[in-house]
Amino acid sequence: MFDTALTFSDLMFMLRGAALTLAITAVSVAAGTILGITFGVIRHQVGPWFAAPLTFVLDVLRSVPLLIQLILANAFQSIAGLGWSPFVVSCVVLSLYTSAYCSEIVRGGIQAVPMVTRRAARSLGMTWGQDMSHIVFPMALRVALPSWIGLTLGVMKDSALVLWIGLIELLRASQILITRLQEPLFILIIAGAIYFLISFPIARLGDRLEKQWRENDPS
Amino acid sequence: MIRVENVHKSFGPLKVLKGIDLTVDQGEVVSVIGGSGSGKSTLLTCINGLEPIDQGRIEVDGIEVHAASTDINKLRRRIGIVFQQWNAFPHLTVLENVTLAPRKVLGMSRSQAEEIGVKQLDHVGLGDKLKVYPSKLSGGQQQRMAIARALAMSPDYMLFDEVTSALDPQLVGEVLDTLRLLASEGMTMIVVTHEMRFARDVSDRIAFFKDGLIHEIGPPSQIFDKPQKPETADFLKAAD
Amino acid sequence: MFDYTFHWHQALRAWPRLLEGALVTLEVAVLSMIIGITIAIVLAVARTSNVAIFRAAAISWIELARNTPALFQIYMVHFGLGAFGLHLSPYLSLLVGIAFNNAGYLAETFRGALRAIPPTQTRAARSLGMGPVQAFVLIILPQMFRIAFLPASNQMVWAILMTSLGIIVGMNTDLAGVTQDLNVRTFRTFEFFALAAVFYYAIAKSVGIGARLIAWRLFRY
Repeated sequence: MFDTALTFSDLMFMLRGAALTLAITAVSVAAGTILGITFGVIRHQVGPWFAAPLTFVLDVLRSVPLLIQLILANAFQSIAGLGWSPFVVSCVVLSLYTSAYCSEIVRGGIQAVPMVTRRAARSLGMTWGQDMSHIVFPMALRVALPSWIGLTLGVMKDSALVLWIGLIELLRASQILITRLQEPLFILIIAGAIYFLISFPIARLGDRLEKQWRENDPS
Repeated sequence: MIRVENVHKSFGPLKVLKGIDLTVDQGEVVSVIGGSGSGKSTLLTCINGLEPIDQGRIEVDGIEVHAASTDINKLRRRIGIVFQQWNAFPHLTVLENVTLAPRKVLGMSRSQAEEIGVKQLDHVGLGDKLKVYPSKLSGGQQQRMAIARALAMSPDYMLFDEVTSALDPQLVGEVLDTLRLLASEGMTMIVVTHEMRFARDVSDRIAFFKDGLIHEIGPPSQIFDKPQKPETADFLKAAD
Repeated sequence: MFDYTFHWHQALRAWPRLLEGALVTLEVAVLSMIIGITIAIVLAVARTSNVAIFRAAAISWIELARNTPALFQIYMVHFGLGAFGLHLSPYLSLLVGIAFNNAGYLAETFRGALRAIPPTQTRAARSLGMGPVQAFVLIILPQMFRIAFLPASNQMVWAILMTSLGIIVGMNTDLAGVTQDLNVRTFRTFEFFALAAVFYYAIAKSVGIGARLIAWRLFRY
């Protein structure tokens, strides 16, 4: 059909980059979500005044470009002699970044649960822990899940930035091939297609869940 | 003159107008009464071309409303319409609401338009609310603003679609008074309404709508005192 | 632990250059928003149009912008257009890439805002004799901007942060670019980028607070 110097092993090279993208995303989202839930619950329980330092730090994480954060973290671990690999640096930075956004989502989810419902649970003798796990968690999840899916996809896309500190994720792999094969458009289209095929179905699923839950919600 | 000839209209499978014939002469006030869903509001939105019709024709001053060659924007300058929901433009003050169309559609200068705007707002009793935003007005006031807004275009005809139905009872009177004033000044009006006493006082003729047809039309004395059709009598009895 | 002396004064002395870079950053962000908003309005209308080809084109743009990384989009402009003989400068590649991204996200924001405006507003405007374009520009757009203002201002903050990606395609006049330039020359990576981070934080927060103030002042109805 048309000429290309791209071989099957080149394609595999790109897919390995994609796998690294997914690996970084998975680790960061997992760690970031756990941290985010912790931070979100703390911020909600402790109230705005006492949570202010934490809120401030998380706000900084959301107001400084991710690329700058990666550069700073990489420089810091070098200065401090920590000897972290670029993969570890990336996961640490992306996890904290994710947790900052996730704590907002979690806080919003908790606040969406009507206070009266929670009081009813406590009046029935449930402990704070039981209230949280049986009442708040399921209801907050409905509100938070679509946003969380959006956050996960965002982290997946933002992970492309780790190429700057030397990791060969999908976009860097594409760049290497472009330099060698001089077929920028074709290779980038393949890379774009891979990103799209990962992101689009999940995004659609999130939209459908959100619509479904909104329609079923009588309030 | 507004002439409606054998107009049929459906919304999907639901046939709303089943052959309407109506003529309204200059200076006439025709009230349209009937149950909900009988097609009254649809008739008004067909007359000013907001809704297409399936069959028949509607003519305003000899111009066919639904002809492809008709400049509908120009025609709408002659027909003012006020809806049940006053649809104030929330981002404009009361005066700006009223002067927008004269400036942008009729090409008037700001001062010309404001002169007319102030006059019409005085006319409906809102002369002291010129720089206020609609959100600060009551429903009755916003409805009167909508009337002034339509009047500012100097229309030949005014259509009113249940303009008091969405108002709190204590606000209905002020709007009806405005309509009475317009009628006494000789405006040609078609008024769709539930307010029977108003219809009786103000109308030259009253049309009774049921199931997409005009069952009876005549002067108030006929409709209220000597209805020719049993359906008319039934409706009036239930309405009381 | 630290076998390193921090040389903060070296970084602090460079703050005028960083400030210049910050101005370029703002310039790129503002331009990308202006272009993005204009295209987004067209996309939002096309997205709900009855003409299938307009709808398909709008959906393609929007979904591409939202499902691929911003850096990828910048790469496409910088490297991909080279296949058509179009070689854009780092500045232009960054600007076009961010504008493309903005347009996609804002189109969805605008579409939601348009959906929130009752169709009776258009009906009232048309009844007064306004043409469809007049009604849209005079009545619908102002209301859309009011509803979409705060989400759009968030997009502006995003655009500012996204400009940092410019260094990856060789941009050296914006805040990140200037910082990288100084970094390469002095190897004081941490100090310079920490200072740059402070600048970014200040800009991002100012825009956020400024937007809220403007909204409060402008939309007092």
